[in-house]
Amino acid sequence: MIHFVVHEEGDGVGVVVVEGVKAGQELSGWIMEDDKDIEVTARNDIPIGHKLALRDYREGDTVIKYGVDIGKVVQPIRKGEHLHVHNVKTKRW
Amino acid sequence: MNLSNSTFFGYKRENGRIGVRNHVIVLPVDDLSNAAAQAVESSIKGTMALPHPYGRLQFGADLDLHFRTLIGTGSNPNVAAVVVIGIEDGWTSRVVEGIQKTGKPVAGFGIEQHGDHDTIMRASKAAKEFVQWASELRREERPLKDLWVSTKCGESDTTSCCGANPTVGNAFNKLYPNGATLVFGETTELTGGEHLVAARCRNDDVRKKFQFMFDRYQQVVERHKTSDLMDSQPTKGNIEGGLTTIEEKALGNIQKIGRKCLVDGVLDKAETPTGPGLWFMDSSSAAAEMVTLCAASGYVVHFFPTGQGNVIGNPILPVIKLCANPRTVRTMSEHIDVDVSGLLRKEMTPDQAGDKLLECMFRTANGRLTAAEALGHREFVLTRLYESA
Repeated sequence: MIHFVVHEEGDGVGVVVVEGVKAGQELSGWIMEDDKDIEVTARNDIPIGHKLALRDYREGDTVIKYGVDIGKVVQPIRKGEHLHVHNVKTKRW
Repeated sequence: MNLSNSTFFGYKRENGRIGVRNHVIVLPVDDLSNAAAQAVESSIKGTMALPHPYGRLQFGADLDLHFRTLIGTGSNPNVAAVVVIGIEDGWTSRVVEGIQKTGKPVAGFGIEQHGDHDTIMRASKAAKEFVQWASELRREERPLKDLWVSTKCGESDTTSCCGANPTVGNAFNKLYPNGATLVFGETTELTGGEHLVAARCRNDDVRKKFQFMFDRYQQVVERHKTSDLMDSQPTKGNIEGGLTTIEEKALGNIQKIGRKCLVDGVLDKAETPTGPGLWFMDSSSAAAEMVTLCAASGYVVHFFPTGQGNVIGNPILPVIKLCANPRTVRTMSEHIDVDVSGLLRKEMTPDQAGDKLLECMFRTANGRLTAAEALGHREFVLTRLYESA
């Protein structure tokens, strides 16, 4: 069963594609471009469609998805945590 | 799916363009004429009124866009004939004459010096003639290259980015080499990925035009913004769906143009493309505005990927909705034409998803009603550039 997908190797985030992911749950991921599997433990409840961090981040770090910059970290994030508007912001506008 | 000998059944119009619907529309020039247009719609069965709130005291580029959108809508090959109603004769004639260039039947009526009753009666007589004439037109088999396909996504979430949008990209990759005329847009929604679109432009001339349109829209945002647009771009629905920043949304958006198509040309809002290929149209990212502009540019079928479940339709342009979010497919199934949620369970390949969408495209082009058509979604929303005088 796939719990989350990752666009390509090197991306720092995965997208949860099932409902009801709970903190502490062992998650199986699929790296789509490279057709590889990875495992991560969720540290928060994460809704379907939302992202989990695949590495630890410090404030000011850049988040990479699709191999491209999607914004800056504004609060430290640990691997397996929910990554969204509370800890990442746009670099534009 | 090999599309090299593919055909569909459409209506050949007087100017050679091919439509996939056969609407007789009643088009108000302005807000004041909506009541008369809707009265004609209710008295003559098989006609459709397109009410809207604008058309008075507009000027300059904003007025040009108003006329371009109305004339483009009436000229769209999904429309067989048009009854135009305006408060006065001058601007009414301008719309009539614009649509007349296609050679299709069109009649215009000004309300002043007649009143609603007399206008409704005269316009209804013309509408009855048109609708009976149109009802005898027949579809004919046409090559795929005669099909014009537009795309724009809405209420996107992260499943749009890895499921529904790449499915459109896969379909575009297959349509492009077969001579279809394609378009994408949503100018602000490329922010963060504009360099990727620029790199795909066919040549420096196209790239320069694209960059001009992109920068022009950024200036509008910069001039009017009071925050980082986190309530609008991404939208509340996008954020609820898991999209965090405009950059992330833009990269998902760009998946719709596939990997093999070049950007062959750039259009201003509601402009008509001059040849086959993939066009970029400068446009709002608001669903109904963008789809209305696609219809005004002459597109006849639309691909609309959604994540959280946008319910949009258009009066004359069939909007095919596809979705990869299993929750949306379950809770809003009546709105979804193509379910590609299997992609995210690895039960379906991107190639199979693209084929499933193309199969729905052919059925829709041949006459099958989309979910939005069956549900009566007829959002007709004109883009405004600034205040009226």
